[in-house]
Amino acid sequence: MNGTGRRAFLRLILCGALACLALTSGAAFSQSGGELRFCLRSEPKTFDPLLVDDDSSLAIRYLTGGVLVRANRKTQDLEPELAESWKVSKDGKQITFKLRHGIAFSDGSPFFSDDVAFTMQRLMDPALHTSTGDAFRSGSGAVSTKIIAPDQISILFPAPIAGLERLFDQVAIMSAHSPKKEAAVLGPFLVAEYKAGSSVLLRRNPNYWKKDSQGHRLPYLDSIRLDIQSNRDVEMLRFRRGELDLINVLDGDYFDRLAASSPGLAHDAGASLDPDFMWFNQVASAPIPEYKRAWFRSTNFRRAISQAINREDLSRLVFNGHAQPAVGPVSPANKFWFNNKLKAEPYRPDSALKRLEADGFHLQNGALFDKTGNAVEFSIVTNAGSKPRERMAVMVQEDLGKLGIKVNVVTLDFPSFIERIKQKFNYEAAMLGFRNVDLDPNGQMNIWLSSAEDHAWNPQQKSPETAWEAEIDRLMRAQASTADPKKRKESFDRVQEIAAEQAPLIYLVNQNALSAVSSAVEGANPGILSPQTFWNAERLTLNASTRASR
Amino acid sequence: MNAARKLACVVVVGVCAVSLAANWLAPSGYAKQFREAPSAPPSHQHRLGTDEVGRDRFARVLYGTRISLLLAPAAALVSTVLAALVGGLAGYLGGIWLRLARGCTDLFLSLPWLFLLITVRALLPLNVSPLLSVLITFLILGLLGWAASARVLSTSADALRNSDFILQARASGLHGPRLFLVHVLPNLKPVLYAQFWISIPVFILSEANLGILGLGVAEPLPSWGSLLRELEGLISFREEPWRLVPLLLLIVVMTSFQMLLSNEEVTA
Repeated sequence: MNGTGRRAFLRLILCGALACLALTSGAAFSQSGGELRFCLRSEPKTFDPLLVDDDSSLAIRYLTGGVLVRANRKTQDLEPELAESWKVSKDGKQITFKLRHGIAFSDGSPFFSDDVAFTMQRLMDPALHTSTGDAFRSGSGAVSTKIIAPDQISILFPAPIAGLERLFDQVAIMSAHSPKKEAAVLGPFLVAEYKAGSSVLLRRNPNYWKKDSQGHRLPYLDSIRLDIQSNRDVEMLRFRRGELDLINVLDGDYFDRLAASSPGLAHDAGASLDPDFMWFNQVASAPIPEYKRAWFRSTNFRRAISQAINREDLSRLVFNGHAQPAVGPVSPANKFWFNNKLKAEPYRPDSALKRLEADGFHLQNGALFDKTGNAVEFSIVTNAGSKPRERMAVMVQEDLGKLGIKVNVVTLDFPSFIERIKQKFNYEAAMLGFRNVDLDPNGQMNIWLSSAEDHAWNPQQKSPETAWEAEIDRLMRAQASTADPKKRKESFDRVQEIAAEQAPLIYLVNQNALSAVSSAVEGANPGILSPQTFWNAERLTLNASTRASR
Repeated sequence: MNAARKLACVVVVGVCAVSLAANWLAPSGYAKQFREAPSAPPSHQHRLGTDEVGRDRFARVLYGTRISLLLAPAAALVSTVLAALVGGLAGYLGGIWLRLARGCTDLFLSLPWLFLLITVRALLPLNVSPLLSVLITFLILGLLGWAASARVLSTSADALRNSDFILQARASGLHGPRLFLVHVLPNLKPVLYAQFWISIPVFILSEANLGILGLGVAEPLPSWGSLLRELEGLISFREEPWRLVPLLLLIVVMTSFQMLLSNEEVTA
């Protein structure tokens, strides 16, 4: 090759390389825009990011709220967000954040350290009763903030909190000055429209601070439409018709059908962190007969019920094998925090009957009676519209029927259900699932502390009503107050053991993280941590041609 | 009775008879879970296969039919009696009573019934047996479903009030409850029958709607509503056509009920 030819060849390679670079760099950008659509399973209870307590509000907070640090849902590592760095003091009582510069809320209000101070003060306000705030309560005393500079702030806690920085993944920063209050957000999207009972429309936050590697401002999507749809069959049908792009949590039978017809759209990320469970109402003031309260407060009774439930069958029939019998509050998928000594309660009806007999229960003509002659009968309430939970309730009904226990299954619309279990306590047993958004046990403080609002079986106790609850309180606070991972693990292992011994929550199954992602969505990488499919929403793109062809 | 009515009569009686014989035809019962055979296709043991938790679908269809076919007429009877009392009396009395009754029926008809039913269902005590829950569900339907019939009856009774034979009866000294019972009510019979027959499918479908929302008859008791709910997940009819049996049965029975109405009742 002569000099001219070589130069021409080099020019050609250069042009080719530039063209490739241009194509690859513009690939995502050229696909910008469009509206991602998926469903919320229930009405969001609140748009206030600090009061969030339900799945739908959690999803909206994730998409709209800006946080100081974010746990990567795939790698499980912490990543800087609004804070470019942070430092936790050696005693674990103080965290200092260095904030990014030049960030503004969606309404244009600038973001400074006083916004973080305002958010923390509001979050820790005892009058607010926030489950997010409960996770920060490791000891008695007030949480204080110290603004060091407009871009630097220290937060001081009365007692050490282990894994402190990870907790800020759940704290969406609010503006201290914006007249729009919680409507001013720092996340990739903002709430543009809410039609009660119908949909929530999120639009791109024009002031979102994050940019991609080519300098294009994120998110790529123009908007996200969240249709409120509790019926999972309708949700699946709409997904198949191409009206929806994602199903965040998919039922086992639908997964199998989708995997059979369109294997590329169905994703099984393995056992999730989310347990389904049931519990008995132990609230002292609950309007239930005293003799039933005595059953529900008996460890033997709860353990017997737990042993009489065939979890293998629940997993096989209800979830088509896409679930694992649950062991306790920590899924085996959580490798570090799971207590390996524990096993799922095996199906042992004989042992269950012995436990009941130890408490004075006896069988008579196939029906179980307590020591005072009351027939053992109770109702299990669950939310209507969740077919797996309804099926589980029916199977539990059959399993307990074999012990002579009469169970009435009641399905209620979600607001009535929540009102009964959280406000009026007018129920006997309930079946529900928790969505674990964090691997760290601190994320479960709102469940295990006896004073917590989500302490399902007997919430908001002024002081622990049982010795084992007092012990759990102590252990949870202890694990939250030390930075030593080994000590924390020991404490939380013991909490798991007490949970297994006392069975205040009867864990049933851990569903696999099954999801569906349309072929039109690019960049999705479903994982086991919630939100499984849209954890990287700001980087998702839509392929218009693929979507049109669906 | 024309051939179509005879056929409809045979169908309704036949379906009722078969459902009443459920204990003999499906001895395994509607609640027993054959967990080793969930979602099984039809076989000698399970003629319509099994549902997701292994319950015999044939048994569930029979028992569900029994519940829907026995209790929907009972609810229709309650609503028709209420309609006759409110609409018939108001039409017969006329004047302010008629206006008041029509105001009430209009108000009742304008209420969002589905939400009201869901609310009423949520307020009920939780610890009731499935059988009691199904009775309560149909009783609520009966107690809430009288307004449309009452409106029709009030119009008919109003027309009767001004008819010649009623005037003659009044002139003969007959008045009050006796006039209503002897002359007005018998002449409202075709309308009452029509409203009764029309209400039955309405209540069956209302229960089915509640069932589809998961708020109908309590498990493990089957009803047409809960059986139809199984169809929600059906993607293709070809895969499992036997799952359509409850739907086909509902269509056949509803059509038969419509055919049972005489020309006179249809006109009424």
